[in-house]
Amino acid sequence: MADEPWAHSRYDLQQARSPDAPETASFNDPRGDVGWIHSYETGSTLDGPGIRVVVFMSGCLLRCLYCHNPDTWHLKDGTQVPFERARTALEAYAAPLRAMDGGLTISGGEPLVQLHFTKRLFAAAKEMGLHTALDTSGFLGARADDEYLRQVDLVLLDIKSWDPETYRRAVGQEIRPTIQFAERLAALGKPVWVRFVLVPGLTDDPANVEGIARFVAPMKNVEWVEVLPFHQMGAFKWKAMGLNYELSDTPSPSPDLVARVIGQFREAGCRAR
Amino acid sequence: MPDNAIAAERSAEKPKQQAGKQEMKDRRAEASHTPEAMASVNEWAGFAPGRWQTTVDVRDFIQRNVTSYEGDEAFLSSPTERTKAVWAKLQPYFQEEIRKGVLDVDAKTPSSMTSHAPGYIDRDNEVIVGLQTDAPFRRAIMPYGGLRMVEAGLKAAGFEPDPIVHETFTKYRKTHNDGVFDAYTPEIMACRRSHIITGLPDSYGRGRIIGDYRRVALYGTDKLLAAKRAERALLDAKWPTDDVIREREELAEQMRALVDLAGMAKNYGFDIKRPAADAREAVQWTYFGYLGAIKEANGAAMSIGRISTFLDIYIERDLKSGALDEAGAQELIDQLVQKLRIVRFLRTPDYDALFSGDPYWATECVGGMDLNGRPLVTRTSFRMLHTLTNLGPAPEPNMTVLWSRQLPDGFKRYCIKVSAETSSIQYENDDLMRPYWGDDYGIACCVSAMRIGNQMQFFGARVNLGKCLLYAINGGRDEISGEQVGPAASPVLGDVLDYDDVMTKFDAMMEWLARTYVHAMNCIHYMHDKYYYERLEMALHDQQILRTMAFGIAGLSVVADSLSAIKHAKVRSIRRDDGLIVSYEITGDYPQYGNNDDRVDSIAADLVSTFMKKIRKHPTYRNAVHTQSVLTITSNVVYGRNTGDTPDGRKAGEPFAPGANPMHGRDSHGWLASCLSVAKLPYADAQDGISYTVSITPSLNRLDQGEKIKQAVKVMDTYCGQGGFHMNLNVLNRDTLLDAMEHPDKYPQLTIRVSGYAVNFVRLTREQQMDVISRTFHGE
Repeated sequence: MADEPWAHSRYDLQQARSPDAPETASFNDPRGDVGWIHSYETGSTLDGPGIRVVVFMSGCLLRCLYCHNPDTWHLKDGTQVPFERARTALEAYAAPLRAMDGGLTISGGEPLVQLHFTKRLFAAAKEMGLHTALDTSGFLGARADDEYLRQVDLVLLDIKSWDPETYRRAVGQEIRPTIQFAERLAALGKPVWVRFVLVPGLTDDPANVEGIARFVAPMKNVEWVEVLPFHQMGAFKWKAMGLNYELSDTPSPSPDLVARVIGQFREAGCRAR
Repeated sequence: MPDNAIAAERSAEKPKQQAGKQEMKDRRAEASHTPEAMASVNEWAGFAPGRWQTTVDVRDFIQRNVTSYEGDEAFLSSPTERTKAVWAKLQPYFQEEIRKGVLDVDAKTPSSMTSHAPGYIDRDNEVIVGLQTDAPFRRAIMPYGGLRMVEAGLKAAGFEPDPIVHETFTKYRKTHNDGVFDAYTPEIMACRRSHIITGLPDSYGRGRIIGDYRRVALYGTDKLLAAKRAERALLDAKWPTDDVIREREELAEQMRALVDLAGMAKNYGFDIKRPAADAREAVQWTYFGYLGAIKEANGAAMSIGRISTFLDIYIERDLKSGALDEAGAQELIDQLVQKLRIVRFLRTPDYDALFSGDPYWATECVGGMDLNGRPLVTRTSFRMLHTLTNLGPAPEPNMTVLWSRQLPDGFKRYCIKVSAETSSIQYENDDLMRPYWGDDYGIACCVSAMRIGNQMQFFGARVNLGKCLLYAINGGRDEISGEQVGPAASPVLGDVLDYDDVMTKFDAMMEWLARTYVHAMNCIHYMHDKYYYERLEMALHDQQILRTMAFGIAGLSVVADSLSAIKHAKVRSIRRDDGLIVSYEITGDYPQYGNNDDRVDSIAADLVSTFMKKIRKHPTYRNAVHTQSVLTITSNVVYGRNTGDTPDGRKAGEPFAPGANPMHGRDSHGWLASCLSVAKLPYADAQDGISYTVSITPSLNRLDQGEKIKQAVKVMDTYCGQGGFHMNLNVLNRDTLLDAMEHPDKYPQLTIRVSGYAVNFVRLTREQQMDVISRTFHGE
């Protein structure tokens, strides 16, 4: 392992770093005193406005075929971190983040699996004067009450497909909770960047794209639709973890395809990039 | 108009102020006040008067006359036909150089200001003239530093050393190199041999001295001579101690140098005894000053200083009078930069391995604020950076932006834009340096700040701290050769390294190393002053100057991580049959430098301060002030090659991280964490600079160009605000670099920033190219 190119990086696949962690599916910790964190990265320019610190929580209920963080699916994949330690680590970046109009993004995994921990971390970030962003699939959106969402300035909402069949195939779950969450966010007027991963042969059907575009276009709270071209950068993890990676032969979308999809969103009236 | 015609015209109107106002009633007064008559010099018409007219004081001239510019780059102009013609003439040389290396050498003529006939590239189109020898790309020999270097360089380039030169410099004339080795001790020799101290300027020119070349333009050599005469009068009045005699001799040499400089310019048809009368002359005179310096000193770094804003004052005056238009202004700067791009020195393959890419660090500083909070950004600051667009990216002159959070936004944005397009700019924190060095400092080499014209440094390369740690562990024995190089002491006993035990031993070993290092440096600079004095560069200084002695450390991140591993994980030593510890086995995790983790960052910061304290204990030659850098140039590869396994898990031969960078791959929390770790290193104990290189890949960023630039400006502001000292900024694609390794012909101008300077990527050795590529590409 030590000789692998990702050794010591945040991609280091130290599986089961917390073997005693509870099962992800039934997890509920009302206090949020500890969290299971896979890793964090500073300096991101992609996950919200300005320069961000991104915390990757472990634990997710989706199984996206193109997931580039399969090493974050289970709580036990993360390191158990007391809340106070996470808060202190974040504080070390607070001043520069404020200066660079950035903030904290919690991603994963699925942040809403560890509802209380992430809520406390968001609240702490707000106290530090930071912008906060929740990167979620929306599948557990119902868990986040209005009080939770008050700590969140921006939701990066992955709508992975529109066609329910395609959605099920791509992520292994139902689309319905995500749709409901999106509608709730719209009703609340909570700023949202919708994200759509474009996978050739899986999510690129024009009707599939059209569905999301038409759904999102009337929502005034949606500031951006971001089209994320599929890449193979996560493939090595699937292999290293002995998982069956179905997309090993799937290419990245061509520039033409990306342009077509962005065009579809714009056509429908979305601000897309 | 041909240059000669102008010159003839000018020499007809003989300057009224000849230097020779020798009959001063009070020669003492002359030291600070040159003749009254200086106030009414024709060439100065239109300039705001001030102290600069009666005393050599370029800063005062700038302060009274600078026109700050707060706009954007829209006014800039494309290269003129003449500039393009000269550039076209040079292209075949550049191409051939990539294939062949050294193109031509004059092996017979030791170089001096007047040793070679004037040289031209394209006489009809050259607006600024002057070459190091009589032809472009024809290198000169400078044996005063050391004959061995010259002959090794010649042989490596396929040229025969000249027998007469050989005889002269072995039989009749001693060199700096010979002198140093007469004074070295066996201990120093052993340190050199084992590479714990390397790169010492004991066989080549020390460089890192910045002549105030602007003085040639502002005053002309006659006035400068008069000022030197006044300084001499003060020295004549002093009792002749060793110091005073040396200073008198040096002053005499300086005055001779000014006369020779005027002679050199005369050969090109210019009378630089008088001040420059217009912008073109100001550029030409300033360049002549620099040219004189590089004809005589083959210094490791030959910075040009901080000339853009100075020249801007002349350009503004000519623009106002209508004597010049924007195209003409840009032409002057473009053509000056063309000259600065073809400076060539004869060096050896060993030297190039240490300082890759044949650099000479013609560092030019652009921007910065003055002490009154006014930006020293002028239109010519833009014009200087614009040469990277007009002529394409290039490593030289080493473009250095003095970044302040207060700089005008238009300029900040322009810098970032040019960085993104050329990767040819380095940034240094003006807000951090200004309190130390004022507002007229320049950067020698990569990161060494000095007040221009009244400060110089004794350059001292660096010691290998990684190796020092291994010596501590092995009781002073070299981990590769087994030789007893350091003082014999008890090696680490037992199996597992104990932090307190290792620290005690390491502290003692650093003590020894610091002492030996200062010792060696004193020998070197004594001899350099004696046998290879930089007479012209020093003639363009005040007589009373601040001297620093610049020590350096390499391997900071290796040592910090090693100590962190010993402290926070379990490090087991692995011994050879004879007991020498040659490898390490680590169990458990440990915090690594580069992740904004105080547990290890504080070790790194303490190392800097600790070694500095030890250095300061030992008196220096000429009472120079001790300074220190955390800088490796590209020698991080060479240091790594000569260092065995280290307790951080690094294997023998693997490169160190460059400068103050974290070890590559270990800064696993992104560039912001990495930046903040580096920003914790204390500048107060590293006043010779802290080098940090960042490479980013542009393709992953979805923002549009304007937003990206705005964001990057914020990043620079924040980094500097957090106390970051230096940033080499590369905007690169890994694929481009890989392709350039395979097809160098396609990328003749591909420039990347490495520790403190820029290089042509295709001129790096393969090993260095690999190192650059394997280093952290943040953003991937």
